[in-house]
Amino acid sequence: MNIRKLKFGIGVATLGAATLLGATASFAADTQFIGSLVYRTGPYAPGGIPWADGFSDYFRLLNERDGGINGVMLELEECDTAYNTDKGVECYERLKNKGSTGMPAVSPLSTGITYALLDRVVADKIPLITSGYGRADAADGRVFPYAFVLPSTYWGGADIAIHHIADLEGGYGSLKGKKIALVYHDSAYGKEPIKTLETLGAQHGFELSLFPVPHPGLEQKATWLKIGRQLRPDYVLMWGWGVMNATAIKEAAAVGFPRDKMIGVWWSGNEPDVITAGQAALGYKALQMNRVGADFPLHKDIVKVLYDNGKGTASTPKDVGSAIYNRGIQSAIYLAEALRTAMNEFGNKPVTGEQVQWALDRFSLTEERIAEIGVTGLFAPVELSCIDHQGQGQAMVTQWDGKQWKPITELIAPNMEMLRPMYEESAAQYAKEKGITPRTCG
Amino acid sequence: MIYREAGEFKSSYQADQAILTIRQDRWFIWGLMAFAFLVIPAISSEYWLTTIMLPFLILGLAALGLNILTGYAGQLSLGTGGFMATGAFAAYKLATAFPELNIVIVILASGLITSGVGILFGVPSLRIKGFYLAVATLASQFFLIWMFNKFGWFTNYSASGVISAPPMSVFNEILVTGPHATPVAKYLFVLTLVVLLTLVAKNLVRSNIGREWMAVRDMDIAAEIIGIPMLSTKLKAFAVSSFYCGVAGALWAFLHTGSVEPLAFDVNRSFQVLFMVIIGGLGSIMGAFLGAGFIVLLPILLTNAPHWFGLNIAVDTISHIEFMVFGILIIFFLIVEPHGLARLWQITKEKLRLWPFPY
Repeated sequence: MNIRKLKFGIGVATLGAATLLGATASFAADTQFIGSLVYRTGPYAPGGIPWADGFSDYFRLLNERDGGINGVMLELEECDTAYNTDKGVECYERLKNKGSTGMPAVSPLSTGITYALLDRVVADKIPLITSGYGRADAADGRVFPYAFVLPSTYWGGADIAIHHIADLEGGYGSLKGKKIALVYHDSAYGKEPIKTLETLGAQHGFELSLFPVPHPGLEQKATWLKIGRQLRPDYVLMWGWGVMNATAIKEAAAVGFPRDKMIGVWWSGNEPDVITAGQAALGYKALQMNRVGADFPLHKDIVKVLYDNGKGTASTPKDVGSAIYNRGIQSAIYLAEALRTAMNEFGNKPVTGEQVQWALDRFSLTEERIAEIGVTGLFAPVELSCIDHQGQGQAMVTQWDGKQWKPITELIAPNMEMLRPMYEESAAQYAKEKGITPRTCG
Repeated sequence: MIYREAGEFKSSYQADQAILTIRQDRWFIWGLMAFAFLVIPAISSEYWLTTIMLPFLILGLAALGLNILTGYAGQLSLGTGGFMATGAFAAYKLATAFPELNIVIVILASGLITSGVGILFGVPSLRIKGFYLAVATLASQFFLIWMFNKFGWFTNYSASGVISAPPMSVFNEILVTGPHATPVAKYLFVLTLVVLLTLVAKNLVRSNIGREWMAVRDMDIAAEIIGIPMLSTKLKAFAVSSFYCGVAGALWAFLHTGSVEPLAFDVNRSFQVLFMVIIGGLGSIMGAFLGAGFIVLLPILLTNAPHWFGLNIAVDTISHIEFMVFGILIIFFLIVEPHGLARLWQITKEKLRLWPFPY
């Protein structure tokens, strides 16, 4: 390499660095910026894409149909994290100050990224909304003023799954001596329910066995041989994500473990998982915190206003109404309603993270409002307070019938009398370690 | 013309043994230090400090640690991630068990603990070499991560197995960890530590220990015949290397992300650091940082690039382009200069001596 080439190289690099320093995006002052951390690439993209489409479609619809929220147009910018924590942090830092008021809230759709952002959101005063994932004890709003876990947590999910098993067995009394196995993604995400299940096991006398599956979860032969041939549990709970789900269902079929005795958490209840598993998935159960399907008025609007005019986020509306797409919609509705509440209080202009936090602290999504949005029955009403950042935490059990997720129970609320003290104890330990003085809720 | 040693006379042994014997080099390093300590904190945005400079410095330190082991002592290791995790978890246990400890002590002590673990896993290096040693260190990577996942004691029985750094300060007042630490404080803290440790490493590799390492690397049998003790030399390399990786891991957990799960230090992290060393240049202190710069900065540069040109490309396309361009650039640099970016830097300096009259 001669010196001329090198000089050229240095020149290009300097130019690049200079542009990076001087890079400022232009945003209109009167639009509300919304930053969205998504993963459309990487090992978990099959789950990440429909979620991102649902999230984005809802805001696109608000812009196209209603002219934004309270007349404030919305500007959504995505950043691809590939479910990678390093990239997620970079995305968050890149997006947080964009727009006229910065990012109003962040939903990273990854428990790993959630943990990495927990400290940062407090300093930046940006609410972290983790709908159905993230840190369960963030339900204690005194220790976690900027983290929100509506509508439910993994601890709640674990309790609901056990509740369902008890119903099938004829009451909690019959759980004694039963064997329940937990197959989980060996990460912060998969470990969350363990403590709850252990507590429940001690209470009701069932025996819990743990089967961690390393990322990404393509190798589960040994796990399932042990489950199917040796341990033979009465039920298997699954906390999987991405390819791990389909692999587990197929391996369960291979060792002949009945699929209707398998209950996955909501992240293990997506169409890509069961469709890939084919016939093996018939009868497989999963919790859902939202109803599946596209026959809600909102979904009809999305297809009519967006997809029929070529304005949808995806190229075709084939995912509209899928379990995970609806979860994206659900997250978008929570954020949109928080923005609306904040605008009602602070004026119809772009709002800051701090104002959205104020709104979330007194967040209330009633049955009537859900009907107005056009999603009656999609999910349960939510009410948050300064102290309670979770809400009721309901979820339902659904079963895959080969075509769709069929609800087999009504919405079940977790046993908050048991969970709330656990949240508070865990949050108190966190507060002690981090030197946080819990705020007082009046 | 501007860069040559002609006319610079050394009149003492001290001057002859200095790290930088050429005046222009000294100016350059002092200039670089002044830039890093004064100019960067003054002009950089929060984004630059927290997402570009911090990971660059911390991973540069980890690459420096691996470079001591692989580049100087010739022991191929894939356990960097495991050692970084050891540093992070040791720091967490120390910081939560002894809340009154100073953060500098916590970080250096976690480095020492890691170097103990490193010595333990370095013992097989006496019998196995090359790729076989790489596999043995890979085992340490998986074992350590498994251990931190398996035993709740390491995470103080946290439900999710995630550790989180308590707020700690230096000089009594200035917070460097926790949510309320300013990016500038974090940056300066990491920079100071990295500069000091780099200085130590530079002197270490110039000393008799460093020469022993290089002798073992170049031909271990010959080194043994001239009287270099194999076991202690190799274990010294493992100890020092693990110390650096441990400190880097502690800094990563405490100052960069604030909270980590063991997965943050999985085998991909080991490969990432190994690639930094290979692209930067084996057996070069400078190379560790050049490699870290390449691996950390380039992807960020590539994902941001379409925005500056006003191109509205979907995020997934950007990610895919980033992967492709990044891969192509790695191959390009390795073809152009198989000895890494550090060698390129050296060639530049040699050419500069002749400039503008090359022969």
